[in-house]
Amino acid sequence: MFDASAAPLVEVHGLKMYFPIHAGLFRRKVGEVKAVDNISFTIHEGETLGLVGESGCGKSTAGRAILRLYDITDGVVRIDGQDISDARGEALRRMRPKMQMVFQDPQASLNPRMTVAGIIGEPLDEHARLSRRERLERIYELMDAVGLNRNFANRYPHEFSGGQRQRIGIARALALNPKFIVCDEPIAALDVSIQAQVVNLLEDLQERFGLTYLFISHDLSMVRHIANRVAVMYLGKIVELGPRDALYSEPLHPYTQALLSAVPEPDPDHEARRQRIILTGDVPSPSNPPKGCNFCTRCPRVMPVCREEEPDFREVAPGRFVACHLFTEETDKKTAGQAATEASEQVQQGE
Amino acid sequence: MFNYTIRRLALAVPTLLFISLIIFLVVTLAPSDPTANLPLSIPSEVRQQIREALGLGEPVHIRYLLWLEQFFWNEPRHLLEEAFGWNLGAGDEPRILSWQTRSPVVDLILERLPQTLWVVGSAYVVGVLIALPIGIISAYRQYSWFDQLGTFISMIGFSVPTFFTGVLLIVIFSVKLGWFPSIYDTTHKVTDFSSFMFQVRQMVMPVSVLALYNAAQISRFMRASMLDNLNQDYVRTARAKGLTERVVVLIHVLRNSLIPVVTVIALGVPTVFGGAIITEQVFKVNGLGQLLIIAIQGGDVPTVQTLTFIFAVLIVLFNLIADILYGILDPRIRYD
Repeated sequence: MFDASAAPLVEVHGLKMYFPIHAGLFRRKVGEVKAVDNISFTIHEGETLGLVGESGCGKSTAGRAILRLYDITDGVVRIDGQDISDARGEALRRMRPKMQMVFQDPQASLNPRMTVAGIIGEPLDEHARLSRRERLERIYELMDAVGLNRNFANRYPHEFSGGQRQRIGIARALALNPKFIVCDEPIAALDVSIQAQVVNLLEDLQERFGLTYLFISHDLSMVRHIANRVAVMYLGKIVELGPRDALYSEPLHPYTQALLSAVPEPDPDHEARRQRIILTGDVPSPSNPPKGCNFCTRCPRVMPVCREEEPDFREVAPGRFVACHLFTEETDKKTAGQAATEASEQVQQGE
Repeated sequence: MFNYTIRRLALAVPTLLFISLIIFLVVTLAPSDPTANLPLSIPSEVRQQIREALGLGEPVHIRYLLWLEQFFWNEPRHLLEEAFGWNLGAGDEPRILSWQTRSPVVDLILERLPQTLWVVGSAYVVGVLIALPIGIISAYRQYSWFDQLGTFISMIGFSVPTFFTGVLLIVIFSVKLGWFPSIYDTTHKVTDFSSFMFQVRQMVMPVSVLALYNAAQISRFMRASMLDNLNQDYVRTARAKGLTERVVVLIHVLRNSLIPVVTVIALGVPTVFGGAIITEQVFKVNGLGQLLIIAIQGGDVPTVQTLTFIFAVLIVLFNLIADILYGILDPRIRYD
């Protein structure tokens, strides 16, 4: 669980991931998509950090950039004390066993021409020296751990259901005993009935192997279930980061408030009376973000300063970070606090 | 897979019979006259007698059935007798005779086949061997100068016809530089090293003309297929596993990309047997393509009919082979 005194396993500082836009006859660079724009956070060992946000806000890019599946534009990523932000080629490859990823689409992320044993065993060939028997034993062990029948080892991915395929993906990620796993929307492509199974499996494995997760999802209730702390992203930036319970009961950033108010209530009576914060307009293009705060074009509580200056990402309460001008000055803080309480009351009604 | 193959082969029989009928009707009903190439001094009654001697007096359906009997019953027995020295009683049976040369068509084809296979076949092999690496590197380094160059050469191979590149090569390398002979000598026999070198030299130009054309198509297929797979999620998975780039590209991406390319290559094999009509003309290779062209010009119905039908058989056969290869290469495809 969250323990502030332990050294963080994952440290991300000022991470930027820009993708160049090429156009014209000579494919000259005409701009860049700021998919991830200056994000910082830490994850402690054994902890689960939930990363939420709407589609296209840069969640997945952030996850991939942290694992260095991209060459990052700027920033520092430190995993288990090792700086991996500039590692390349062979050096990076040697660090791979420590950090793994569970991908969103279990169908597409498994090579269709490899058997389950091949998929799970391949990292072992590359990073561990095992005899054939040891290798097979390890594959069986992993299949047991994720609840797959050993007899299926020689089958191909297309012969499995979505949930089983995701189990293969998880077994593959576990093969090299990683410390840190990025779960990139691991349940988004699954049936609701299977989602719970897979999330419970992830929790069991975390307990058994002491794993640390970055859990990327747009499913707010699932993140609430699995995460210890939650970070909310909007247009490439983290707008709010805090312990799960505090963030869900008292969201500070107007975007978080709007996001949480969109979660439907199970009780139809409450659902009918509930006041939702409806955001107007579209998300601006990440290649041309607005001046000042990224959220200023849609924020219900926008102020003149929001269109001029970018808010700092600062700690407003112990363990709670937010990037919003409502919290930058003492005078505003009061009113913002009230607003947050009002909003959270609306959200809490359903509980 | 076995049952599937048998079923497909059984289905191929009516298909091929139907194709043979269509070919026969098209060739027969075309307004061509086998005596048209004879000297004008021959009177029309004699021409009529010649036509009747060729069997043109019979009604169309009788001629078709006779051809069927000769092709499917007499000729195979003849081939077996010649190959193994057996006696199957086919010695006196009528064979399919060319109207032009009065020799059996099958013998003509067997005579021409080696030239075609040597020139067109090796051009196909060379084309594939060039195309695969070009396609792979072009896709892996998309939009690099190598890719741009490869695309440019492919476009040339696609769009410049072989009768132009062939003649261009002859002008440059035979006329100006004198490196290679402009005419392919079919009677040349390889006996020692120097005659082997001559064979290589006379093959260089026709082979490179055809190889450029083949490579242009296959390299584009390879590139497109590689690009499809390079962006797949499982490639990212492979990288996340910490595999070396070589393993990622050659094992994961290439193996999956080869599936459609292999079938395209298999489907192209019948065209090798069909010969390259134009290129064979340019370099005077008297292969199957040239045989077909001469037969068409002379109104030689049995030769055209038999050759075209053999091409049809090969196309049906290699379609089946392509489908079976697909099933072997891609575990997601099951035939049962």
